[in-house]
Parts: sequence; structure tokens; C-alpha cells
Amino acid sequence: MKRALLVSLMLAGALGAWAWIASLESVDDLLVASPRETAEALGEDRALLLDNAWVTLYEVLLGLAVSIAAGLGFAVAMHLNRTLREATYPLLVASQAIPIVVLAPIFVLAFDYGIGPKIAIVALICFFPITVNVLDGLRAVDSDHLKLMRSYGASRLRTLRSVELPAALPSFFSGLRVAASVSVIGAVFGEWAGADEGLGRLVLRGNDELQTPRVYAGILILTFMAVALFSLASLAERLACPWNRDERTA
Amino acid sequence: METKVEASVAEPLSVPGQGVTVKGVGRTYGSRRADVTALEGVDLEVRAGEVLGVVGPSGCGKSTLLELVAGLQEPDAGAVEVAGDTGADARRAACSFMPQRDLLLPWRDALGNAALALESQGVRRREARERAAPLFERFGLAEFEDARPAALSGGMRQRVAFLRTLLPGRPVLLLDEPFASLDAITRAEMQAWLAGALEAEPRTVLLVTHDVEEALFLSDRVAVMSRRPGRIVSELEVPLARPRDRRAAVADPQLIRLRERALEALGA
Repeated sequence: MKRALLVSLMLAGALGAWAWIASLESVDDLLVASPRETAEALGEDRALLLDNAWVTLYEVLLGLAVSIAAGLGFAVAMHLNRTLREATYPLLVASQAIPIVVLAPIFVLAFDYGIGPKIAIVALICFFPITVNVLDGLRAVDSDHLKLMRSYGASRLRTLRSVELPAALPSFFSGLRVAASVSVIGAVFGEWAGADEGLGRLVLRGNDELQTPRVYAGILILTFMAVALFSLASLAERLACPWNRDERTA
Repeated sequence: METKVEASVAEPLSVPGQGVTVKGVGRTYGSRRADVTALEGVDLEVRAGEVLGVVGPSGCGKSTLLELVAGLQEPDAGAVEVAGDTGADARRAACSFMPQRDLLLPWRDALGNAALALESQGVRRREARERAAPLFERFGLAEFEDARPAALSGGMRQRVAFLRTLLPGRPVLLLDEPFASLDAITRAEMQAWLAGALEAEPRTVLLVTHDVEEALFLSDRVAVMSRRPGRIVSELEVPLARPRDRRAAVADPQLIRLRERALEALGA
């Protein structure tokens, strides 16, 4: 309850600051839309915004799904095979050093104008935090647990399934939370490089057409999307790893 | 909490027909600075069905000794034979190892944790749980089947860990300071519980501890180890039948004398 109150106060404060900045004489209306104008745009352009938001959400979710599958697969493979881990870890890091801004147009050239490049870019951004976190989680397993499994004569796969993967689950969700919060940025970059629809494209076009309130409305929805995905990942973690909480409170 | 183990209600999971022989065993760990000799010339025999207590100061190589017997390590000198076989795989297959920490998996309930060793051998999850369930009844853990480890007391966790060790039905149990992490009252309670459990489920037991009284209370014989490099400096026969009554054991003049001899051998 106390937390809800704090969050409400923070939001109200931010809104107030925004309204105040927008009301200043020296601030150009084309640069900053006021909260009221933004709310009006949200109402008037509702259908347009929603239609495009669904497109972006779809890209984000598909990209996340790909990154989860690839991230888990890579992390487990790298965990099981030391040579593979040592060989590919630098590549993994390098994949994040490539500026998406440069990569996005190349993806569009390679995959065409459709949803493909958006999914690829979202997946490329999200894949990294998931892989790194799962790999760390797998490697952080107590060596005494592994010794115990060895004394029982457990196979490598059995140990992975019964001990290492469940132990890495909270780390996976940490990675997923980070991935969820950056995934929306990926989709916007993808749409920026070339798209016919999507919230990112709508915002960029709105910018060119000087429809500042619509741009702000779009940004608001994108932000909300990222926050909602983050919260969803946190909720999933609580449901999937209930022991994690009783360990902390115990 | 008074929990008694019902003896002879059910058939034991295994009967001890196998002993352990340790002959001239040495183990040295290489490190960058200097080699550390953990064990040197250790001779030890655990007869089938016997409980052998091994006491020694911290860092004397007791845990190394257990891991050697368990087939988790190989000796640099000498040989370890379990159930007539010196191979590491054979040793692993004959021994059930209970480490110092309970190592229960926090995401599994008590029953699932007890079933882990069975599952590791390829028994299906449901069947492993079904086989573990009657033991909860027999060993005073009924109604705790669904509890996650975080909800269990230290003593209860140790019991679950012990059932996990018992369930594969292997003839040799290796217990590494099983009650070291418990408070004194719980420890005494658990020692009585273990004595009862071993009556119901007789095994060949190698019990490592730094607690002389614990070793004397639970064992048929007690071997005393020296400081590093660890070797056996004394072996004491405990001439009382198991399981023993704690109060009688504490006052027993023979045990008091044995305790003094053990402490003397430890150099305490």
C-alpha cells in the first residue's frame, strides 16, 4: 500500500513537472506537447495509435520469444561445452557492441520490409541479457550439489534438469526483465529503418509532420508497453520461482 | 519434539552385506605454493553392518577420506575397497553419501528432495516419490511431505537429507558430520533419531565427526585421526549394544573411560 502511494506521488510529480515545462513561454509548442494535448491526442487518435501499437507489440513478443529460445539454447550449450563457451563468449559480447542503428537498415535490406527485420533486431538486443544471465545462473550452482549428484551416479543431463536448470531459473528471469524493458526500443529501431506500420514508425512520421501531441502519445504508449512487459516478467518469476521468495524471507 | 522410529514394521530397503577396506591410503593436493598432504598411510576397516565413527580435528582429512571411499576422489597411494571392488564406479554404486550441509533443493518439497537420489538413478519422478512416501511415515516426517526446505527446521532438513541418502538402498552409508550445523539440543535429538533409524535400516556406516561423544554414542568402533597429514592414531571398541539410551550412555563408566582415551589420542 505504501509502495502504491509512493509510485502515485512520483507519477503525479513527474506529470506536474511536465505540465509546468510545457506551459513555459520559452518552450516551443512543437518541441513539447503538454499533458493535456497528449491526452487529447490519445483520445482522438485512439484507433490509429492502438492499431499501430498492436503491430509493435506483436514484433516485440515474437522477438522476445526468439531471444528466449536462442538465449536458453546458447547458454545451455555454452555451459555444457567449455570450448564452445570460450570460443563464443567474445562473439556474444561483440554482438552487443554493434550499433543497432547501423545494423537495422542492413537487416531491412536482407529481410525485406516486413516483420522479419523487426523480430531479428528485437531478438538481437534481448538475446544478450538472457544468455548472459542464464549462463551465470548455471555456472553459479553450488559445487557441493554437483558433487552430490555425481555420488548418486546421475547423468550429466539429469543433473542439468534436476539441479542446474531450476537453480538458474531466477537468473533467467532477471535476464528476461532486462530484455523485456529494452525489447520495445529494438522494435522502434526496426520500424525506423523501414516499415509501413507500427508505433515506432507512427512516432517518426509524426515528428516529420510536426504532430507533436501524437508523437508524445506514441512515446507514452511505448513506455507503458515496456513497463507492462517488465512487470509481466516479474510476475512470471514470482509464479515460477515461489521458493525464491521464501528463501529471502526465511 | 519426541519422534520415535518404528523398527521392524517394514522391510528394510537393504541389508548390509558389504564392508569397506582402506589400505595404506595417501592423498596429496597439489597447489601452486606447496603440496598439502591430507592423508598419509591410512588403514581402516568397516565391517559389514558396523558403524565406524571417525573423529579428528578440523582439517585432518576426514572429508577427503569419505570422498575417497565414496568414489568421488582417487587415492594417490594405497587402495580403497568397497564391497570387494576398488573401482571408482563400483564404489560410487555401493555407497550413499550424506554431506555436511543438507543440500536440499529449495524448489522441491521434502518428498521430492528425498526422492532425488532415486531419480538420479533413472527412477521416474512419480515412482521415486511413491517409494519415498512410506519412509516419511516410518521416520517421523509424516505431514511434512509437501513442505519446502525453507519451511523446515534444521533437524527436519537433516532428516529429509538422511532419507534421501537411505532411499537408493545402497549397502554403505557415508555420513560427513551430519549434525555439525545443529544446535546442541537438536543434535542430541537427531543422534537418538539416527540410532533408531539405523536399527530399522541397518547399513555399514562410516560416520565422520569432530564430536567424540557423538561418535561414541552412535558407533560400534571409533577411529581417532591425527592432525594433518591425517592418519589413524587409535581405534576404540565401544562395548555397548546399539541403539543406546543417551542417559545411560552418558553415565556409563566404560564410555567415560573411552571418551578420555579418545580425547587423549586427539591430543586435547
